[in-house]
Amino acid sequence: MLEYIQILGQEIYRILFLLVPILVSVAMIVWLDRRVWGLVQKRRGPNVVGPFGLFQTLADALKYIFKEIIIPASANKVVFILAPIITMTLALVAWAVIPMSEELVLSDINVGILYLFAVSSLGVYGIIMGGWASNSKYPFLGAIRSAAQMVSYEVSIGIIIINVLLCVGSLNLKDIVIAQNDLWFVIPLFPMFVVFFISALAETNRPPFDLPEAEAELVAGYQTEYSGMMYAMFWLGEYANILLMCAMGSILFLGGWLPIIDIYPLNLVPSPIWMILKILFLFFLFALIKAIVPRYRYDQLMKLGWKIFLPFSLIYLVLTASFLFYFDKLPKGNF
Amino acid sequence: MNFNRIFKTIFLVEFILGLYLAIRELFRKSKTINYPFEKGSISPRMRGEHALRRYPNGEERCIACKLCEAVCPAQAITIESTERADGSRKTTKYDIDMLKCIYCGLCQESCPVDAIVQGPNFEFATETREELYYNKEKLLANGDRWESVLAKNIKLDKPYR
Repeated sequence: MLEYIQILGQEIYRILFLLVPILVSVAMIVWLDRRVWGLVQKRRGPNVVGPFGLFQTLADALKYIFKEIIIPASANKVVFILAPIITMTLALVAWAVIPMSEELVLSDINVGILYLFAVSSLGVYGIIMGGWASNSKYPFLGAIRSAAQMVSYEVSIGIIIINVLLCVGSLNLKDIVIAQNDLWFVIPLFPMFVVFFISALAETNRPPFDLPEAEAELVAGYQTEYSGMMYAMFWLGEYANILLMCAMGSILFLGGWLPIIDIYPLNLVPSPIWMILKILFLFFLFALIKAIVPRYRYDQLMKLGWKIFLPFSLIYLVLTASFLFYFDKLPKGNF
Repeated sequence: MNFNRIFKTIFLVEFILGLYLAIRELFRKSKTINYPFEKGSISPRMRGEHALRRYPNGEERCIACKLCEAVCPAQAITIESTERADGSRKTTKYDIDMLKCIYCGLCQESCPVDAIVQGPNFEFATETREELYYNKEKLLANGDRWESVLAKNIKLDKPYR
């Protein structure tokens, strides 16, 4: 009995060691997002709370904690409360398999990428539950849009992942990174990287695909009826998801924790730092794109997903497979 | 669709140009100011918080002619006057309801002795309504506080009146 408690304690310690930095970095990333957005628009962005306004998100979170949680009278209370919890939990749970370096990973399972893909697909449940349980027009429409959008883009993300897997021959995230030791996949699979990035934007409801929360039409989409800490949880989940997508992009295409070139001064830098730098680079692109693009129309969004990205990634999949087979470069695994 | 358009669509040309523009603007100076710490310049004609001025010898300028009370379109000004021992007419009450005031500046324009003026101060928000019912003491205190700026502004704006 005592042994189990000890193991449990150790596990909780490890989980906290992962979760706390993620929550802190989510707070920092929200600040970065707003700051970059502001600077591109020639404003200053949040710069008052703490050094450079770094604690702005903490102040916001504190405000949300003290606000009243309003549950609409006609809402389905259980589902209404469950929705933000599910969104945030799923966004954080996925981080368990992300390797920050060769040793630094919470659970090194051999189907890591499948797990990631499954968990990020489940994220749509939180949104659709929130939209449905609110029992109101705008959240419902927002949730439907969001669900349709996420499902559509998940298909092409899946095929892009297969592209990478063909070159690796393993579903383990560590193996995927190690396979990029000589050449990052961003070079041979560059078109796939672009498609992945755009799909990641759609997957996380970021501009130009932020139709679920198109404020001109849908108030705030599925978050309309939420207030206080529940809203903050949706918001945390959203940004944790964005970070997760950036981490996924850097593992699949940018060589995870590997340095840019394996030469003397660069490979002295600890590997988690490289991983963090790559995630930050991708997030910086996310933030810049938020500032420069107008919103898509809904039919354009669907057209892009189904008629352009899906066939394109399928064709590229066939090309990759044929190339690897013809030049006999298929990964030699034990399968 | 012509070739040019197809090329631009496939290689995301417009998008990359936009990205370049965003990165360029990112490193340029912002156009906004850091408000509570920096402030923008204010015209001498600024119609901000009201003030009642005095002559250099400390005498109130206001002669209780009630032109401002009459001209005020929002009827925010209330004046009561009496004859003082030396025979001059002075106000006993000069109230401005700052919540009714529309900051049109007609009171200042109508004043024959430059007594009631609107100064450059616009940061006089309060926490209760009552604090915004200004009486004579408050207005005279404002005048004493802002006198140097008020005199300068009136002098600068003189040629245009």
